[in-house]
Amino acid sequence: MAKTILPYIISGISVGGQYALIAIGYTMVYGILRLINFAHGDVFMVAGLMMVYMAASMPLYIAIPLMIVLTVLLGFLIERVAYRPLRTAPRMSVMISAIGVSYLIQNLALYITGGLNKNYPTIPWISDRVTVFGMETSRVTIITPFLTIILVVLLVQLINHTKIGMAMRAVSLNFETSQLMGIRINNVISATFIIGTFLAAVGSMLFFTNYPGVVPTSGAMPGLKAFVAAVFGGIGSIPGAVIGAFIIGIAESLIKGLDTILIVQGTISEQIGFATFSDAFTFILLIIVLVFKPTGLFGEKTTDKV
Amino acid sequence: MKKILAVALVICLVFALAPMAFADDNPVVKIGVFEPQSGDNGAGGKQEVLGMQYANYLTPTVEIDGVEYDVELVYADNASSNDKAPTAAQDLISNGVSLVLGSYGSGVSIAASDTFSNAGVPAIGVTCTNPQVTSGCDVYFRICFLDPFQGTVLANFAKSELNATKAYCLAKLGDDYSGGLCNFFIEAFGKENCVYEQFPEGTSDFSTYITNAQNQGCDVFFSPVSTEAAAQIIAKADTQALGMPILAGDTWDSNVILNAAKGTDVQICVTTFYQEGANEEFDKGIKEWINSDKTALANNGGNDELAAVTVMGYDAYYVALEALKAAGSTDPEAVLEVLPALSYEGVTGAIAFDENKDAIRDSAFVKECNTETGVWDFVTVATVG
Repeated sequence: MAKTILPYIISGISVGGQYALIAIGYTMVYGILRLINFAHGDVFMVAGLMMVYMAASMPLYIAIPLMIVLTVLLGFLIERVAYRPLRTAPRMSVMISAIGVSYLIQNLALYITGGLNKNYPTIPWISDRVTVFGMETSRVTIITPFLTIILVVLLVQLINHTKIGMAMRAVSLNFETSQLMGIRINNVISATFIIGTFLAAVGSMLFFTNYPGVVPTSGAMPGLKAFVAAVFGGIGSIPGAVIGAFIIGIAESLIKGLDTILIVQGTISEQIGFATFSDAFTFILLIIVLVFKPTGLFGEKTTDKV
Repeated sequence: MKKILAVALVICLVFALAPMAFADDNPVVKIGVFEPQSGDNGAGGKQEVLGMQYANYLTPTVEIDGVEYDVELVYADNASSNDKAPTAAQDLISNGVSLVLGSYGSGVSIAASDTFSNAGVPAIGVTCTNPQVTSGCDVYFRICFLDPFQGTVLANFAKSELNATKAYCLAKLGDDYSGGLCNFFIEAFGKENCVYEQFPEGTSDFSTYITNAQNQGCDVFFSPVSTEAAAQIIAKADTQALGMPILAGDTWDSNVILNAAKGTDVQICVTTFYQEGANEEFDKGIKEWINSDKTALANNGGNDELAAVTVMGYDAYYVALEALKAAGSTDPEAVLEVLPALSYEGVTGAIAFDENKDAIRDSAFVKECNTETGVWDFVTVATVG
């Protein structure tokens, strides 16, 4: 029994960890700007593509840090060029701008890659095959959740115990008031984007090492799932996003394997075809949670100001 | 300033139009290339186009009714997507093509068949193997074998050569090619011995499907999916020690698979249309051409390993020329009339159409991926007797 289910749980936790790293970017930006940064999934894809091209021309110990720096720069520039000029515009305009950036990046990537699948470089050590509890998998699958948790703990420390963290919390509470209190909100927002894209860059490394094909739409599905995870956990809340991501990752993986688990158990003898609906189940789960808890699992309570 | 700009623009325009005015006087006949250049099947589509481009490079003109015509290939990207296919097809028709070649991937061909049918423009399927492509459309012809045949060949191969008793079949949800081929495989292999699952669009985590196959005690993994998904499946099969051979159809006869499988210990067998080495003169010529053209080399996945779809594309181009010659006109209607009776001896074998507008073919090549050298090894020629 345990041996049947274990591989699904492990791969689910690993997928969840990768979703979590992307979800944090969504949730932080939302928390501060009340903006859903639709381009975030595509930044994640660009990080993968940059790695593909850079690994072909330089050693990995240069390529990896450089990829992270360039991705962070991209995230920073997107905010600077596409969101900052719209700071006083209605929120809907910024969101449309975000969708525009998303399509721009996707189509640029399509132009550069010619739409072909690019093979992600093999990063030694983390892509080695290991045996865990008698199950064969790659080392990255095991590392991902731990690395995610370490990064999240560091991030929470940063937010709760540093000056910039305090500024972030202040800005997320109230934009104008914090501005009046002398906080340079532009710097705070830039910092938010930098942290978000940094985590997405790390996430992309883990994700593409595990699933090594990069195409222009590679960011779309993980981005969407991570967004769902962020909403699921209560958008704006970092622990919420992480827990939401793990729940979605594990649920997805279990649903894909449910047929097999039940058949091996002897509960059913014929296939039912749950695997076909794995994505549908994810989104149904989202709807159910939102119906009963509209702010998500850990969402802040909204109080109406009169 | 504005005047200078205006003058500059005019000069640009003149130069841009000049080549048209001074081009040589041959009239032009247009052949539509209806192929995916992006999306799931982008890699395969590009390889199929390569064959047509090479053939066009060798034979850039055709004599129709005593007049020498320049052949122009008109491209339309169907983006491997069923909802973009009709628009791409319409583009070709508006461009005034005499006939259309393609597409790689059966789904897009089926989706565009109404558009071609309404316009009365004949289409020649190059490697789309789903029966519905020709059965559901009165202008669609095809020069390759069909999925019922391919599925049966693969099932027989799994039983007799790989001694498999239980098969795991994986298709993409809503994809006519992989779904159809899986069904024909299951029919031939025996439904009770097959586990059939489908994955939704955008899936990149295939580890659970690998685990499913292992847990259900299957001994062959059949997944005739797009090459993009294939690369992911191979990677996961390697890290999770799948422990059973992977079988697939003609789609997997691609560099993408070879690159993904190189250095792993996954056993992969595919059926395909052409085995490299069957016609050495042709192989040599096309390799030289691919190596001499940087774009062609990139479109072929960065090396000169020949994919069967490329060779099929090459043959399709000549079938199109034969049709134009026989019709004695560039009018789509005239071409449509001569197609049923057409025959041509191509690199991949004799091509003629039966009453269903399908090619009469009775053999497929089975190849196995050599994971050390990263090339295909010939296994056997399979027929269904």
